[in-house]
Amino acid sequence: MAEGRRVMITGVAGDLAGLFAAALEARDDVAHVVGVDIRTPAAGLQRTEFVRADVRNPVVARVLEQQGIDTVVHMSTASGPSGSGGRALMKEHNVIGAMQLLAACQKTPSVRRFVLKSTAAVYGSEHTDPVSFRETDRPRTPPPHGFAKDATEIEEYVGAFGQRREDVDVTILRFANFVGGRTDSAFSRLFSLPAVPTVLGYDPRLQFCHEEDAVEVLARVVCGHHPGVYNVAGDGVVYLSQAIRLAGRVPAPVPRPFVDGVAGLLYRSRRIDVSPEQLRFLQFGRAIDTTRLREDIGYQPRYSSRAAFEDFVRRRRIRGLVAHDEVRRLEHEVNAFLARHDQRRFLAAEPVSEDRR
Amino acid sequence: MSGEGAGHAEVISIAEQRAAREQAASGDARPRCQATTLDGRRCRNYAVDAGHCRVHSVRTDVPEPPSADEATDEGAARRRVDEEAARRGWQPPQDAFALLRDLLGADWGRHLSDAAAFVRRRLTGDYEIDEFGFDEDLTTHLLMPLIRPLHRYWWRVASYGAEHIPTEGGGLVVANHAGTLPADAMITRLDILDQTGRHARELAADLAMRTPFVGPFSRKTGATLASGPDADRLLERGELVAVWPEGFKGVGKPWRDRYRLQRFGRGGFVSTALRAQVPIVPTAIVGSEEIYPLLYDLRVVARLLGLPYFPIVPQMFALPVLGPFALLPLPSKWVIEYGEPIDTTRFGPQAADDPMVVFDLTDHVRDTIQHMLHRNLMGRRSVFL
Repeated sequence: MAEGRRVMITGVAGDLAGLFAAALEARDDVAHVVGVDIRTPAAGLQRTEFVRADVRNPVVARVLEQQGIDTVVHMSTASGPSGSGGRALMKEHNVIGAMQLLAACQKTPSVRRFVLKSTAAVYGSEHTDPVSFRETDRPRTPPPHGFAKDATEIEEYVGAFGQRREDVDVTILRFANFVGGRTDSAFSRLFSLPAVPTVLGYDPRLQFCHEEDAVEVLARVVCGHHPGVYNVAGDGVVYLSQAIRLAGRVPAPVPRPFVDGVAGLLYRSRRIDVSPEQLRFLQFGRAIDTTRLREDIGYQPRYSSRAAFEDFVRRRRIRGLVAHDEVRRLEHEVNAFLARHDQRRFLAAEPVSEDRR
Repeated sequence: MSGEGAGHAEVISIAEQRAAREQAASGDARPRCQATTLDGRRCRNYAVDAGHCRVHSVRTDVPEPPSADEATDEGAARRRVDEEAARRGWQPPQDAFALLRDLLGADWGRHLSDAAAFVRRRLTGDYEIDEFGFDEDLTTHLLMPLIRPLHRYWWRVASYGAEHIPTEGGGLVVANHAGTLPADAMITRLDILDQTGRHARELAADLAMRTPFVGPFSRKTGATLASGPDADRLLERGELVAVWPEGFKGVGKPWRDRYRLQRFGRGGFVSTALRAQVPIVPTAIVGSEEIYPLLYDLRVVARLLGLPYFPIVPQMFALPVLGPFALLPLPSKWVIEYGEPIDTTRFGPQAADDPMVVFDLTDHVRDTIQHMLHRNLMGRRSVFL
């Protein structure tokens, strides 16, 4: 216990949590990693001790106690109902699970640090939004349903926990949409469709967070001392239309009245959850301000939003209908044609020049 | 090789030598042409008639050269026009390339290659936008060129006082708003871009941001929501910000109230300028009132549709006759005048929280613009010329 942190990661079977656990294993200042999940984590974890349990299970409290855990990283918030068997179960798992975990942490004196993986969705998405949200901004109307509502409630409980246990450093990280080759989300699954559905007449501003950056920020927060709320996203923004072009896809604009029908169709046919708050997001988008991340944590994301998305496209080997090479070749052909035309005009001009006789 | 060298070396034409050799070899005595060519040597063609070759034979059957009175016929006139055109460097286009050159100028090839690069950037998503969603590539290369003819030929905008616009650092351009459709915002943006090379960033009403197509379009052209935090952020970055504080009250005001400034919001733009300590450039736009004279505002319809106003404009009566062309804006003559910048540094940033200073400064800006409007209205000859 003296030589490093003893970390518990909930939801370790998730894509990002698995990467994060692997990153922690590689660090010297982490002595012990315990993963909790009901699903088996992906292979590749060596040092991590795995506990098959739901966060609501009392066994979690015992593990905290016995293993002398000092840092809890809560990453098991489900983002869509399809993975957890319906909206009611999802809410149960997300909110009640977080409450139970916080209760267990509160009565375990060894816990000194609590890190919550939250989401930028807590800011909502409206046309009256500021251009980019600072950590202190609140949405004008709190998210009314779904994942964003769960995340808002969990943040409130975590904040209350921080007030009750003042010796615990509480860090809340609000991430933008994850992209990268190894994580999966409803949003990135949209780009697996040949034509990406958009809402007709709207073009949201998007921000992406590369999974490598996310893992690095989580590791820094676990091993450093950074209480507070932080936005995490790549620099810059990308329009949805631009992202579609970057992926070589074509947009499929859906008029606003038919959007719900198309969302239902997507869910039934392709298991892609496009929940109502994500539909708002597809209309108005959102950007978050990462000044605090850069100044307080001192971390400059390696991937800008656009670079993160391009990396995602490259690793997923997304080949669109509009092949970039083909477009470049056509441009090259236009230029070559112009060069030829110039040359021919030059040659044609030669015989009639004045000093030839 | 010429001049002094001529004394030592004799220049012998190879062709002449060969001709002499061939004549000696063949030994025939066919007569040669007797004419002297332009460069002073004898013509070496065989003579065909009367001691001259085919080229130099005196033609007897050719018509006389056209006399002065014949020069008035159609062919000669066309020839004269062609000669004159050739002298001026213009010929009627003979193929698609010549047509392109006439339309786009001598560097049409560069234009075409730029256009190809633009299309490639749009198709592959290879462009950058800033955090406000301003798509400079699209604005500079597509939208501004599209409205430039309106600026130059339709409304023939005359602009004065562009030197008052700050060439670097923050600044707040404040102008009057009119014309039923906010065309004055786009035209002023273009005028500022052409005069100073800077993109003025507009502050747009939240109704515009909510409306499909209009909202994303505004964002892509550099507008953002007219709210304190967004405006502060723009000015912090040292951008030039343009604001139309009258808002919909200005755009949708009836014809009888033309060139009469409406209430200038709540003076939020003044607090913003004070906080950022940037100069305010009062700007008067004359001509925008006449593009769509608003005769009547159907309030009931507007309320049903959730619009700020529902205009009846004279162009609507021409719809049955002219079809969609009737809805073109009227070609009034525009004048844009940028006034002396109003310095805000003498009040200090803390004055932003002093309502008295803010109200006074708001009134001062409003009066200045109203005065500039009246002066320019007095100066114009007619609405359309």
